[in-house]
Order: sequence, then structure tokens, then C-alpha cells
Amino acid sequence: MRCWDPRIEEMSKEDLQKMQYKLLKSLVYRLYSFSPFYHDRMKKQNVHPDDIRELSDVKKLPFMFKRDLRDNYPDKIFTASQEELVRYHVSSGTTGKPTVVAYTQNDLNTWTTSLARGLTSIGLGRGDVIQVSYGYGLFTGGLGMHYGAERIGATVLPTSVGNTERQIELMQDLGATAIACTPSYLLHIGEVAEKMGVNIKTDTKLRTGILGAEPWTDGMRIRIQDWLGIRAYDIYGTSELSGPMFTECAEQKGFHVWSDIALVEVIDPKTEEPLEPGEKGELTITILQKEALPMIRYRIGDISSMTDEVCACGRTHPRIQRITGRVDDMLIIRGINVFPSQIEYALMGIPEVGQHFQIVVERTGALDDMLVRVELNKESFSDKITDLMQIRSKVEHRIKNALNVAVAVELVEPGSLPRFEGKSKKVIDKRSL
Amino acid sequence: MDAQKFVIRQISIFSENRPGRLASIAQALGEENVNILAFSIAEANGFGVVRALVDHPEKAYEKLTSCGFNVAFTDVIAVQMKDKPGGLFEIAKVLGDAGVNIEYSYAYSGKKAAVLILRVDHIDDAIEKIQKSGATLLERSIFH
Ligand SMILES: [Zn+2]
Repeated sequence: MRCWDPRIEEMSKEDLQKMQYKLLKSLVYRLYSFSPFYHDRMKKQNVHPDDIRELSDVKKLPFMFKRDLRDNYPDKIFTASQEELVRYHVSSGTTGKPTVVAYTQNDLNTWTTSLARGLTSIGLGRGDVIQVSYGYGLFTGGLGMHYGAERIGATVLPTSVGNTERQIELMQDLGATAIACTPSYLLHIGEVAEKMGVNIKTDTKLRTGILGAEPWTDGMRIRIQDWLGIRAYDIYGTSELSGPMFTECAEQKGFHVWSDIALVEVIDPKTEEPLEPGEKGELTITILQKEALPMIRYRIGDISSMTDEVCACGRTHPRIQRITGRVDDMLIIRGINVFPSQIEYALMGIPEVGQHFQIVVERTGALDDMLVRVELNKESFSDKITDLMQIRSKVEHRIKNALNVAVAVELVEPGSLPRFEGKSKKVIDKRSL
Repeated sequence: MDAQKFVIRQISIFSENRPGRLASIAQALGEENVNILAFSIAEANGFGVVRALVDHPEKAYEKLTSCGFNVAFTDVIAVQMKDKPGGLFEIAKVLGDAGVNIEYSYAYSGKKAAVLILRVDHIDDAIEKIQKSGATLLERSIFH
């Protein structure tokens, strides 16, 4: 697969790490000298730029959190003056107070370059028509993809979100070959197209989906690919990192994080210690090249794991697996980190039970006991106790394999579990810690 | 031979081990004037299955389903037991010799004698062997 910038994308790991070290070192010196916010943070942590002597010394640096942006609303931690800024984006945030991100021209260039590499890695380029159905405006999705797509020489169809029937007409009339949007919006487009009598597979030129900005699963990928006749790729980013930044390559085995742009760590959210490749933990990202709003060891709150093996596509940059959950949802059961989403995935493969579940955690003596309540499907009800017990042990076995923690499963009547999203209703933690 | 007349429709209800589930089942059936002729509860740790012979199985099925219960029909047979010790053993031996497995059984006191309800893996074979052995099978029409 051709590269946008082969010199960087196929650089040896050793050279990449040398480059990362130099970038990190100069970033830390710059911030220590010119940013009161970072200066104070580093003082508090008792770390000086001279303490950064190798790449792994990054772990000496203090973390940053979303709340740092909120607390410093709107622009108190920017490290560029307003005259140097060329753009703002604003995210509303679930807790109320918005966060503002700012960009210099170089920041926009870095962001665009990152996407140009990603889009090229999935085979897009000149001759493609990329329909950008992410929202344009304060949200980073639309404009970010827009500039990335233009940079690789593709033709952009900036439809933004909404007016789905018109989107489908334009997709047909202008021969869109790729679409960038959320996976749920693409499913909606597919449904509306069917109602209009348009078969995306045969009546359009659409072959590629670049999907992100919300969690999705491999199951959804398979469904989208089969149904719409396209290849669906994961794209990752948050406004704090600039916006949508990193995409999967044609291999579809996790998104490449460009080492010259970002240094990614996966840490245990409780102990804050770095984890081994392949282990699941919280993504922590340092943006190595950012002028207006540098982020050091930014705790995104997303859970995934990292692979540092050279990809089959030839790119040497590490890959992050699909995001499987949020730190806020994490439970610690007998010292093991457990995410409700893992149970969700495990249940998807068991036809005898429904998708809804409830977790009850209790402490008996020194041990945590975890009970997962699942609904027995109507079709799977046998009046033989042994059949039911078999279903129950199958569910227990699958969940245990997914979590590495033994759980007890309770089969409950269909429709009896609460139908709510969110941790509060899915998890009942009776431990008084 | 019309073996089908000995096949009885039992209703089976999945139930969590929660207080009041059995009472709700009884109440729901009572509202529909469905009479429970025999029933048993099989329990495992955490859940149970209520098995019942009723006079109107279809009506019971509909009512319980509309109340949110997980209900299934199960074919069973009913054997009138001789009023002497060892009756159950005899039946079990007849079926065992014929290679028919009893999946579960429960008894209730009928008007004349004890009645044994059986769920077996090969119901037609079971009916044939039990009849040959001279034991009395109760017909479906007695129940519903
Ligand atoms: Zn790759």
C-alpha cells in the first residue's frame, strides 16, 4: 500500500523513537519556560526538563485531564497569542462547561498531514469523491476531514449532517466513492436509501466508509460491510488532540498513531503505571507537535490496547485497537479491571440470552463477588432444568473468558431487566469501599 | 393405535427465585378461571421451572405470556399408580428396559389413586411399553 510520506511512515522504530525523544525534550523545555500552567504543574511534580533523558522518562511528567481545559476556560492554557491563532473549535462536553481548542497554522497543517497519511493508507487519493457527513462548525469532525481529504487531492462533497435523502441523491449524482461519518449515521443512510429504492451496493460508487466519533464494534463493521458493500474503517480522535486524527490502514487491525505527531501510552488507570503492549488500559497521549494547545500525557479516558509490531502494511508506527470502553465505566473486581462493554461483547455471541444485562457486585469477606444477570430468550426456554443450567454455565464460561474473572450468572425472565444506558442502571455496586 | 390421546400438554413456566412469583402465576390463572390440576416446581440455584397440568392449557399460555412470563408447552404422560409399594420402580424398569429415559417425574393424588406425571425422551415408545406392561395411562381428555 502506498504511503503519503514513506520516509516517516516506514522509518525504523529506532529512528522513530529517537525522533520522539527529541520532540518531547524540546516540547518540555518550551513549556517549562513559557507556559505558567505547565511550569507550575512540573514544579508540583518535582520534575525539571533536565530529568527527561530518554523517551521512557515521559512517565515522570504530570498528567493532564479534561478538567484542566474546563478549569482554564476559555484560553488560559493556550501557549500561542490570539494573533497566531487561525481557528477555534468548541466542544460542549457532557458536564456542562464547554472546552475550547485553538490552532495555529502549523497545528492545522499537522492535523491535516495526519489525516492525509491515514486516508492514503486506506487507498484513497486523487480521483476519489469523499462525502464528508460529519458536522461542520464548532465540532472538529467536518472541517478536519474536509482539509484532510482535500490535501490528498480527493474531491470533497461537504454534505455535513442531516437531510439524508438529499445526501443519498448527491452521493449517486456526484459519484461519491467514500463517506466519512458516524457509524450510526451510515446505518441511517442505509435505511433511508432502502426506503428510497436505492441500493447502495449497486446504485452508487460508494466503496469506503471512514467511521468514528462514537464507539462501534466489529459486529457493526461486518454488518455495514456486508449490507452496503463497502470497506469500513475506524477513525479516532478527540477535539483535545485536534479532532479526528488517526485511521486504520487497509489491514483494518487498529489505527496507526503517527509517532512523530503523538506519543501514546497505555496505563493502568488506578496505579497509573504503564502497561505492556496488548494489555488493556487507559490511552494517554502526548501531542509532540502542537503550538497553541499542547497536551502532555493527556488522559483521554478511552480504554484500549496498543500493538507495537510492524504492521502488515509496512508502517512501523504503533497501532491502537478499537476503543472498548471508558475509564468511568471500569469496575475493579478482585484486582482485575473489568468493563461492562466486555460483557456486552461476550453476550452478543450467545443466542440463548438477550443483550441486556445487569452487574451486581458484592463483597463477601475479602473477596468481591460479581453476579451478572441476563435474560433468558423466549425461544431458548426448555423446561428441563439441566438445559437451563447448561445455558447458564455457557454464559458464565464465555464471560469468564472475556474478563479473566469468575462470575456467577443469573438467568432472569425476559424483559425484566431495566432498559437504560449508562453505568448507574447496569451496575449495582454493593461494596462499601 | 391412537397413542396421541395419551399425550398431555403440560405448561412450563420459567421463574426467577423471587418471592411472589408463584403467587402471581396462581393469581393470573385464577383470573382466567383456569384450574391447576397438578404442579411441581423444579429449582436450581437462582431460578426454577414451574410445571403445571391445567384444564385449559392454551388459555393459560396466553394469559401467562401476556403477563411477561416465559412459557412453553411440554408433552408429558400420566400413569395411574397401583396402590402398593414399588409402583414407581416398576414403571421406571419398564421404560429403562426399553431404552426410554425419564427426564423428570412428579406425582399427585388423583381421585382413585396416585398419578405419576412423566416427561420422557421418546414419548411414543414410552406409551407403547407402558400399555404393554399392563399399567394404566390416563387419557388427555381427563385433564382438558
Ligand atoms: Zn498498517
